[in-house]
Amino acid sequence: MSVRVGKAAEAPTFAQAARGMLGNAQLRHNVRHATDVIRARRAHAVGETADWQQLRDSARAIKDHVLRHLDTYLEQFETACKAAGGKVHWARDADEANTAIVDIIRSHGGTEVIKVKTMTSDETGLNPALEAAGITPIETDLADLIIQLGADKPSHIVVPALHRNKAEIRRLFMEKMQLPELGERAEDLAGAARRYLRERFLRVPVGLSGANFAIAESGSLCVVESEGNGRMCLSLPKVLVSLVGIEKIIPTFGDLEVFLQLLGRSATGERMNPYNSIWSGVTAGDGPQEFHVVLLDNGRTGVLTEPETRPTLACIRCGACLNICPVYRQTGGHAYGSIYAGPIGAILTPQLQSMKHSQSLPFASTLCGACYEVCPVKIDIPEILLHLRNKVVKSGGAPLAERLAMRFAARAFKNGGRLESAQKLVRIAQKPYVHSGSIERLPGMLANWTQFRDLAAVPAESFRQWWAARQNKEKK
Amino acid sequence: MNVTLFITCYNDTLFPATGKAVVAVLERLGHTVDFPQAQTCCGQMHYNTGYQNDARHMMMHFLKVFRDAEIVCVPSASCVAMMREHFPKMAAAMPDAAVGRDVTAMLPRVYEFCELLVDKLRSVDTGATFPHTVTLHSTCHSLRGTKIGERPLQLLRAVRGLSYVELPQADQCCGFGGTFSIKNADVSAALLSDKVRAILDTQAEVCTAVDNSCLMHIGGALSRQRAGVRCLHLAEILASTSGEPA
Ligand code: SF4
Repeated sequence: MSVRVGKAAEAPTFAQAARGMLGNAQLRHNVRHATDVIRARRAHAVGETADWQQLRDSARAIKDHVLRHLDTYLEQFETACKAAGGKVHWARDADEANTAIVDIIRSHGGTEVIKVKTMTSDETGLNPALEAAGITPIETDLADLIIQLGADKPSHIVVPALHRNKAEIRRLFMEKMQLPELGERAEDLAGAARRYLRERFLRVPVGLSGANFAIAESGSLCVVESEGNGRMCLSLPKVLVSLVGIEKIIPTFGDLEVFLQLLGRSATGERMNPYNSIWSGVTAGDGPQEFHVVLLDNGRTGVLTEPETRPTLACIRCGACLNICPVYRQTGGHAYGSIYAGPIGAILTPQLQSMKHSQSLPFASTLCGACYEVCPVKIDIPEILLHLRNKVVKSGGAPLAERLAMRFAARAFKNGGRLESAQKLVRIAQKPYVHSGSIERLPGMLANWTQFRDLAAVPAESFRQWWAARQNKEKK
Repeated sequence: MNVTLFITCYNDTLFPATGKAVVAVLERLGHTVDFPQAQTCCGQMHYNTGYQNDARHMMMHFLKVFRDAEIVCVPSASCVAMMREHFPKMAAAMPDAAVGRDVTAMLPRVYEFCELLVDKLRSVDTGATFPHTVTLHSTCHSLRGTKIGERPLQLLRAVRGLSYVELPQADQCCGFGGTFSIKNADVSAALLSDKVRAILDTQAEVCTAVDNSCLMHIGGALSRQRAGVRCLHLAEILASTSGEPA
């Protein structure tokens, strides 16, 4: 079994990747602008919802319940979906999912597939697998299309092309769609994409989607979107395949009431997503006449086993934690080396790989706590980051210099006397580096500090020494 | 009242002036201060970097040293957040249930410096004079970890001669993040550069906060840029008088 999250296994460390991103002024400007706009919209939409905290509590309670009884609900979903005329495939990992999907498309002699709203297919590396099998994937979500045409990578889980601005997109469309003329307004760009995609919607007989929610009681899937391209993909092709992570299950149709209120507001600051498609199996004479669901594990059951990490799977991929994250705001999504960027990516990606890869991600956070505050399902991301950091350290993944420094500090913190001795030692050790009370250059790992900031020298007298001297004086 | 000071390891070592200021303010308000020499660290750095086992030992040591304290004053919001958020969880994971009871008994007696002044001692006016333009960086742990909220501002507003200027996007993280500042130095510096720009835009002479850790980071960049803006812990402003200015 090979668990995979895109190409994250081969990704450079976060610090290395981030460095490249920080040098890209255009990208940083685009990311700041876009996240500022979405954040303001979200804040407004949340602010007008009187029962926001209760909605968050309800959503979390539903997710916790499902995750404790996931086996039962998955089987209920399978039974209901089959009864409605759907076919259900179980995939333990990325390769099993990709093989199942390729086989379905091949069985219809398909050489093209139209795709919409499936981040999970990025996780499994489906597009390269399709291309290897001679099938051309066509992304139809506007942002995904921009990514595909630019041979680029998504940088945000809701707004994949957030790092691109209008001018860049216009140039890309003119080149790839071979348009000698194209206006500069958003409507002009949308119009060009519409003309490009319409023809493909009508031509390609197989569609592929993800799902925001899978409803156990009715075997239905739900996809929410803003453009209507998803609706086309879900209704026009003869055959529809949906790739769904097993954590997407909710028990009943009624539960959507909670999640649809939270998702639109958290993701884009809309009271409701403009297009909400919900379907169950097949309906004779209406929509796709063949429907497959591929239920994907790919490391999720591993996340499920520990109570500390389990809440990771409650995520509804709204992207609010990315938009609010100070680190994401600086680097954008590519630094995270996976389709899942930002705070949720920092906890999800390494876990999906059984903590074997992407071990730098849990450290890619200042622990400021903003993500937890906005998360519509109340995932305490900082807490999970800390749990994962502990795992990395316990498995020997921390650098030697850090381990030694931590050991030195731990010994010093055993009692007051030891701390005082350690303070004296540091005072001696700093001597060669202090110039007029300030340190501007330090060796080794500490150079990472002095590269950007001065450090005031450790003063000659610690507080505890001052206090002891004061007490002595009083006694006399 | 009798206040027991937990100075925190980094204030003890790097910012003794903050400790002295806390003592000065509390004594001026008529309270007695006590400082147990056996104290060391709350365990935050180890816990946050992934060394939870070491942090557990530090928690046990803290509980032992401060067991009999009536009021524990901590001039660091992030250390208070560490105790409130993680001590109960660490204790719950230990086989000895007595540790959990100790933590439960200890936490209500732990006050961040501003909380102590505003909530417990009801002394918003500390009798301070500080005739300078000051801006306030609201640290993440004062906003979220401890919910200290407006208290630092209330205290600043009562200082004679002080003119307060609001920091734009004051609630944005400064990028310190403990060992994050070393492990992800470039991103940390990028966040810092936004923060420094915001501070310089206010034209303030002094930037204050309730965490010296963030101030060490911000102050380090201001110093590197020779910006001529001082970073001072809030306690040092509150201790300042015309006779003994900070
Ligand atoms: S972790 Fe929470 S805030 Fe982040 S994407 Fe998932 S649901 Fe949204």
